[in-house]
Amino acid sequence: MVDLSINCGGIKSPNPFWLASAPPTNSGYQVCKAFEAGWGGAVWKTIGEPVMNVVNRYGSIDYNGQKIVGLNNIELISDRPIEVNLREIAETKKLWPDRAVIASLMVESKRDTWHDIVKRTIDTGCDGIELNYGCPHGMSERGMGSAVGQVPEYCAMITEWVTEVSTIPVLVKLTPNIADVRFPGRAAKKGKASGISLINTINTIMGVDLDTLELKPSVDGKGGHGGYAGPAVKPIALNMVSQIAGDREIGLPISGIGGISTWRDALEFILLGATSVQVCTAVMHHGFRIIDDLTEGLTNWMEEKRFRTLDEVRGKSLQCVADFGNLNLLYKTVARIDESKCIQCNLCHIACEDGAHQCIDLIPHNGKNQPKVREGDCVGCRLCFIVCPVDGCISMIRKDDGTEAITWNELMKQMPQPLTWEALRQFQKKHGVEIH
Amino acid sequence: MKNLAPKLTEEQYEANFAELNPPLSRNSAVAEANRCLYCFDSPCMKACPTHIDISTFIKKIATDNVKGSAKTILKSNWVALTCAKACPVDVLCEGACVYNERNEPPIRIGRLQRYAMDWYFDHGAPALFHPASPNGKSVGIVGAGPAGLSCGAELALLGYDVTMYEAKEKPGGLDTWGIAPYKMKQKDSLNEVRLIESLGVRIRTKTKVGVDISMDQLLKTHDALFLGIGLGSASSLNVPGEDLAGVIDALDFIDDVTTRNWSAVNVGGRVAVIGAGNTAIDAATEARRLGAQQVLMIYRRSEKEMPAYTFEFELAKSDGVIFHFLTAPKRILGSGHVEAIECVNMRLDAAGPDGRRKPVEIPGSEFRIPVDMVITSVGQNLEKSFVSTIPGLKIKNGAIEVNSETMQTTNSKVFAGGDCISGGQEVVNAAAEGKRAARAMHASMSRGS
Repeated sequence: MVDLSINCGGIKSPNPFWLASAPPTNSGYQVCKAFEAGWGGAVWKTIGEPVMNVVNRYGSIDYNGQKIVGLNNIELISDRPIEVNLREIAETKKLWPDRAVIASLMVESKRDTWHDIVKRTIDTGCDGIELNYGCPHGMSERGMGSAVGQVPEYCAMITEWVTEVSTIPVLVKLTPNIADVRFPGRAAKKGKASGISLINTINTIMGVDLDTLELKPSVDGKGGHGGYAGPAVKPIALNMVSQIAGDREIGLPISGIGGISTWRDALEFILLGATSVQVCTAVMHHGFRIIDDLTEGLTNWMEEKRFRTLDEVRGKSLQCVADFGNLNLLYKTVARIDESKCIQCNLCHIACEDGAHQCIDLIPHNGKNQPKVREGDCVGCRLCFIVCPVDGCISMIRKDDGTEAITWNELMKQMPQPLTWEALRQFQKKHGVEIH
Repeated sequence: MKNLAPKLTEEQYEANFAELNPPLSRNSAVAEANRCLYCFDSPCMKACPTHIDISTFIKKIATDNVKGSAKTILKSNWVALTCAKACPVDVLCEGACVYNERNEPPIRIGRLQRYAMDWYFDHGAPALFHPASPNGKSVGIVGAGPAGLSCGAELALLGYDVTMYEAKEKPGGLDTWGIAPYKMKQKDSLNEVRLIESLGVRIRTKTKVGVDISMDQLLKTHDALFLGIGLGSASSLNVPGEDLAGVIDALDFIDDVTTRNWSAVNVGGRVAVIGAGNTAIDAATEARRLGAQQVLMIYRRSEKEMPAYTFEFELAKSDGVIFHFLTAPKRILGSGHVEAIECVNMRLDAAGPDGRRKPVEIPGSEFRIPVDMVITSVGQNLEKSFVSTIPGLKIKNGAIEVNSETMQTTNSKVFAGGDCISGGQEVVNAAAEGKRAARAMHASMSRGS
C-alpha cells in the first residue's frame, strides 16, 4: 500500500499536491472545491497590502498548436481585503482539518506590520505561512515581492521578523529572477525559515501583437513584464530546486513549483529533492479535476517501482547531479538507427547535416532514402535521437568498454598548466577521440 | 423519360450537394499543419505528379504565412485548388505520408492545400508571379482544361504570347464541367482560369478548332501548338435500345448537374448506371442526390476489378447505390423511352492480353430490371477525326503518341498532354504534363531561334 502523505517543514498533507498561491486559491469557494476534488493542500493567494488590478492580465505562449506552453500574468496579490481572506481561511481550515492550508503573505517591509499580519494569520488556525518574495511585477515596484527576494539581506531580515513571532511553520518562496538562487535560499535559512518554496514566476515579456504592435497582453495600449509560469519553465525550476536541495548550507525542506502539470513532472521535482509540489498553470488551464491523475499516476508509479512512501523517493536523483567538471570525458556513445522502425522522414539526416556533425548519410533503398549513421564520424551528440519522431528508432549505443574514466577536473590535475591545445590533442589521440 | 423522380425543394438540393469535405478553420488548419513532421525529402512530394513542395507549404500554414504557402503550391501546380478538392489523395500524397508507416492518420494534405488556396482566392488572388517580357513567339493551345491551362500559364511566364482555343462557353475543361458539385464548385475552377488569364493568356471560348478556326490556320499562326483536347465521344454500349429516350451519357449528365440548376436536371425514379469507374460513381451518387429512388450500378467484372477508387465506392454505397457486379447489359427495353434493362450474369475467365480477367456470359442467366433511365459510363474515345487533321500525328493505344519526357508528339511542332495522351487520368496528371510540355516547348523554341 502506497502512502502519499508528506510533512514539509512541519506542514502535513495527505498527498504532496498543493495548489500554488495564485488565482485558483483566491477564495474559500475555490479552495474547498479543490479539497473536495482531492488536493492535499493549498497556499492561499497572497494577502497583504491594498491593491487594484488591471485587466487583460494573462499572456500565453502557444506552440505548434498547443495552447499555454507558458503563461504569463500581471495579476497582483489578492485584491480582496485582509479580513475577508483571513475569515475564509479560518472557515476552510475548520472544514478541512486534514488538508494543508497555508497563508501566503506580503506586506510592506516594516517589522510591526509583519508582526501584526503574522499574528492575525496564526489566529485563523492555518497550518503554515509562505512568504512571497517572488512576485516580479506590480508589487516589486512597491518594494515587496521580488524586490525582497533579490536581496539576500532583506530576505533574511524579513524572514526573521516573521519567525520571531510565528508559532507555525514558515516557508520562504524564492524568485528565480536572480543570478544564483542559493544566496536568498541561505538567507531564508539564516532567518530560521522552516522550508523553501521555489520557483516563483520568471520575468518576461510575452510577445508583440503584429497587427497592433502592442504588447501581449495589452492594457489599453500599454503592457510590460509579468510573471512567467507553465510547462515551459519546468527545466529552469528543476535546476533551481536541485541547487537548493544540493546546497550543504541550506538543508531545508523544499516545496517545488514551476510548470508541474502531470504526476511525471511532480516526480521529477520530488526526485530532485522536493517534499511537496505546487501546481497553478495546469489548474488554470484544466481545472481542479487534474488531481485525480496526479495522485493516481504517482501511486501507480510508486507501486510499480516498489516505493511505499515519498520519503523513500525524495532526492533519489540528486546523486546524479554533477558539475560539468565531474563528467566522464571518456564515455563514448554513437547513434544507431533501427531500420525496421525508421519511417524515412530523414529529419535525423538534415539535423545532423546542417546542425551537427555531418555523419548521417541517405542511402537510396526501394525508392526511398534510408538514413544511415557513419559510426566512425558520429560524435554522440544525441541531436538525431532528439529529432526522431519514432519511439525507439534511434538509440545511443555505448562504445567505450567502461574500463577507463576521467573527468575534466581530474585531467586538469594531470595536465601541465596552462593547458595547451597540443597537450589536449595528445590526450584525445591516445583515447581515440577524433575532432572533425 | 416516363417516370421522373419527384423534384426536391431548393433546401433539399442544397443539402444533398453540400460539400463533402468542408474547409478547415484556421485553428484546425494550424493544428494539422503543426502535426506535419516537415520530413526532409518528403515522400508526399515525390508522390504528387506535380511535385508540390508539400512540407514547405504546410509549414508556412503553421506560421500563418498563408500567402507564401499558396505561392509554394502554385509554383508547382496551376490548378491547385481543383487538385486539393478532387485529387484521390489517399493514393497520392496522403498515401505516401510517413505517418502511415507509424500507423497514424496521414497529414490531411488535400485539406491543407485547399486552406491555402481558398485563402489566396478569398484575398483576391494577389499577383505572385510576373511574366517575362514578350519574347515574340506565339503558342496556340487547343483545349482549356487543366493540361492546356498549366502549359499556357508556364509559357506566359516565360514571355510567350499564348492563345487558348476552347470549344465550350466556359474554360476549365473537366475541372469546370466534370467534377461532382459536392467535391467542388464551378466557381473554383473558373477562379483558377482567371488567375491564368491574369498572366496574359488569352482564352477564346466557343471556338472549336476545325469548325470555327482551321487547324491549318493554327499551325500557320503559332510557333508551336499544345493539344489538351481530352477525350471526345463516349463509348457506346453496343446493345439494342441505346437510342431510347432516357439513355444518357454520364458526362452529359454530370455536365448538367455541374451548372447547379438542380431542378432542371431530369432524373428517372429508377436509374441504372452502366460501368464502375469514378465517373460512373459520380453519376450514380448525383442521380441519388437529385432524388432518384433507386440507383443500380451494373458492372461486368467483380468488385476487385472495379476501376473506381475505394473512397468513391464507399461514397456510392453510403448513398444507397446498389451494385450489381458480374452483370452486363444485353438490351435496353421500352417503347420510345426506357422501361427496363435486360442483363446477363457474367463469370471471369483467364486474363486477356491487357492482363485483366475477361468477363464471359453465363448462358441462360438473363434477367430484367425495370428502370426509367440508363446512364452509360463505359469510357470515352479520342477524337480521331480531329487528330487526323494534324499532319504527322500518330495514335497509339487510342491515345496521341508522345515522348513522355517532352510531351512532344510525332509532329515536332505539336505537343500534347492530359487525357488525350493518357486515355483518362487525374487532373493532377494533366497539370503535370502541361507544365512538362511547356518546358520542353520552351527548350525547343529557344533552340529554334
